[in-house]
Amino acid sequence: MIQFLQNKMEQMLEATKDKPLMHTLVDGFGSILFAPKHVTSGDGTHIKDGMDLKRTMIFVVIAMSFCLLFGMYNIGYQHYHAFGMENQVGFFTKFMFGFFQMLPMIIVANLVGLAIEFYFAAKKGHSIEEGFLVSGQLIPLIMPPDLPLWMVALATAFAVIIAKEAFGGTGMNFLNIALTARVFVFFAYPTDISGDIVWVTYDYNILHQLFGMDLVAAGTATVDGWTGATPLALAAKQGWAEVVSKYSISDMFFGWIPGSIGETNKVAVLIGAAFLLFTGIASWRIMLSMLIGALVTGLLFNLAASSFEGLSPFLAVPFYYHLIIGSFLFAMAFMATDPVTASQTMTGKLIYGFLIGVVGMIVRVMNPAYPEGWMLAILFMNVFAPLIDHYVLSANIKRRLARSAKAAA
Amino acid sequence: MGRTINLKKGYNLKIVGEPEQTLNTDVKVRTYAVKPTDFNGLSPIPKMLVQVGDEVKAGTPLFFDKKLPEIMFCSPVSGEVAEIKRGAKRAIIEVVILADKKNTYLKLDTINPDNASREAIIEHLLKTGLWPFLRQRPFNVVAGIDEAPKAIFISGFNTGPLAPDLNFTLKGEAAAFQTGVNVLKRLSKGKVHLSLDGANTCDTLSNVKGVEQHTFKGKHPAGNVGIQIHHIDPINKGDIVWTVDPQDVITIGRVFKDGEFNTERLYAIGGPVVKKPSYFKAFQGAAIEGIAKNNLSTDHVRYISGDVLTGRKVDIKGHFGAFDKILTVLEEGDKYELFGWLLPSYPRPSISRSFLSFLKPNKQFNVNTNSHGEHRGMVVTGAFEQVTPMDIYPMQLLKAIMARDFDLMEGLGIYEVVEEDFALCEFVCPSKTDVQEILREGLDYMREQA
Repeated sequence: MIQFLQNKMEQMLEATKDKPLMHTLVDGFGSILFAPKHVTSGDGTHIKDGMDLKRTMIFVVIAMSFCLLFGMYNIGYQHYHAFGMENQVGFFTKFMFGFFQMLPMIIVANLVGLAIEFYFAAKKGHSIEEGFLVSGQLIPLIMPPDLPLWMVALATAFAVIIAKEAFGGTGMNFLNIALTARVFVFFAYPTDISGDIVWVTYDYNILHQLFGMDLVAAGTATVDGWTGATPLALAAKQGWAEVVSKYSISDMFFGWIPGSIGETNKVAVLIGAAFLLFTGIASWRIMLSMLIGALVTGLLFNLAASSFEGLSPFLAVPFYYHLIIGSFLFAMAFMATDPVTASQTMTGKLIYGFLIGVVGMIVRVMNPAYPEGWMLAILFMNVFAPLIDHYVLSANIKRRLARSAKAAA
Repeated sequence: MGRTINLKKGYNLKIVGEPEQTLNTDVKVRTYAVKPTDFNGLSPIPKMLVQVGDEVKAGTPLFFDKKLPEIMFCSPVSGEVAEIKRGAKRAIIEVVILADKKNTYLKLDTINPDNASREAIIEHLLKTGLWPFLRQRPFNVVAGIDEAPKAIFISGFNTGPLAPDLNFTLKGEAAAFQTGVNVLKRLSKGKVHLSLDGANTCDTLSNVKGVEQHTFKGKHPAGNVGIQIHHIDPINKGDIVWTVDPQDVITIGRVFKDGEFNTERLYAIGGPVVKKPSYFKAFQGAAIEGIAKNNLSTDHVRYISGDVLTGRKVDIKGHFGAFDKILTVLEEGDKYELFGWLLPSYPRPSISRSFLSFLKPNKQFNVNTNSHGEHRGMVVTGAFEQVTPMDIYPMQLLKAIMARDFDLMEGLGIYEVVEEDFALCEFVCPSKTDVQEILREGLDYMREQA
């Protein structure tokens, strides 16, 4: 069977030689099925490390899958919670509700993104690159689940074409692809995505049609005492006391709160982060320095809280609670650590992470309109990452020149 | 005694088939070759001094480079010139000598390096075919005659995969090595530096006099002379240093002491498909054919003159490179692997902890030549830095080379590295970048511009 597939693949590769798009498709799917039989050239190293880009990317996808699974369940939970029905439906129903809510988004994001990637790969005459595996999962995770699918498609297309392929494809982009997709929706359709109004899907989804679960027909359930505000929005407007009156600390930590799909459960995020750190795929430098940056800024805000009248409720939120409200941890684990758009030097990574922490906190707390900062902070620092690297490299060059001068003297 | 330098970064690539310290006397080498391509900086078509059919002795000049007519390249053995192999554009790639049963040496003068004038020593080195053993940095080219080096560096240990143990291969050569060092001392403007292994004392080298000794501790590439230079006395812009392999120091010593161009050395043969990995005795440029005969467990193999990181692929009819001391034999890995990128079907070396092999740090791997992935754009950062124990940014330097940014290459320290120093970067690169090839292009570019 395996032999048959291999032969079939080779035949198809041969047959599609002059049809670049088909060739890329066959090659792309073939390389998912089989690690290639390429050998080293004989001019360089004769053996290679077992790690390749496909494995790197798929490990990031695995790390995010905890967030995805919990996110699906939480969509269902929040949905039924909004109608005061969280005790009437079981775990499975809630999960399936979320699953069917997520599935179209995942499919649309991947179809659109991969179609564009395949088109460009064929055009450039090289094989499809794996970078989109991660973006394709990140994009649904950071969108509100009731975002219209055409917006998902448009945002994905915008991100892949403008942020990635226009700059030369995998490894050449300077903006995080998934965040570019989100920021596109954020600025183009601001009423459909925001940090302070909660998403709760009121529509039926396919689950109801499939299983005839007409539980939530109009008028059968009352929305009881539901404010529809995220902890972040509450903190911004009314301060921490108001937040803890609505949500318990453990709810916020374990994710029983409304928010974007991937970020609410801090346990799932931390598992993913630990996995990435342990395998060495994500940079501990970025994560650590971003954490420190956010905590230090939060602490300064606490100290300064009394001197700013209008902002004081949010400024006074204890700095360590900033870690569990909003998407700080998710951004730290999966967004800031994107190696292509982060600083590439070791020292640069420390500075880059720290500044994301600082800028993100400033945007989150000081910004009167929108109480979340990580998307903008990371994109902002993406732009500055090459500059940070430039100064780190300049320091290296200066060290070398100083050494020369000392030797000459 | 110099100081001890601890290097934390690096990776010891452990491979099945480490040569056992026994001498295999069954190995019979019939032909030897001198390959102009082993020496960087020569023009492709050297001027031949012999023709096919000529009788030569060990030490008879075979050819010289037209731009460097003083530097002779000599025959390692006595016998008959069997073939002058040409490659693309008529470049000479091999001068093959069919060896006599009993080796006879061209009689050379013996010179005491302590008394002779520097000019006389240089002339002797040029004439007797020893000069090409002196390699010059930056660029790792044949040493220039006109400018004396700031210092000369010898690495007294190997850390590369399956590398021959110098404690075994240099045994009993202390006197020749000392004479060689005495010669080098007269050539250097400054010191002669000898680096020793902090983990394994080499008796032949540790008692040498007249050198500045340094001890290095760390993983590969701690044994690379380039890494050692970086930590002892780095190459600044305009500096010239020379490097010499310890085996070649011995050859220099033998010429000055005994008056014979005697390149005899111990070679190793190793690798996962070698049934009995061991050592054998032969001269410089030995033929591959016959060495591995009846000693391989499979036919579908690649012969590598040198180690798996820096060696060159050679044909079964080919010969050892002038500076290589091990023949590594690997199975060709041209097989598909079902979902191999996710679920590897056999263990493979990696610096990544995404493989469970990190649990057994001393495991030896049964490696093959599969690239474990396809070439991609550079994405992952930080991997190169993990295996480069120098104050150098490998990825940024490579990108500067690709952009042909002269000032940036210079600023980021291209003069301090040669291909072997970045070989581990090429091994670890998840995007399978041809790091050494890019670096060579950069070095050639800088040399042309200079």
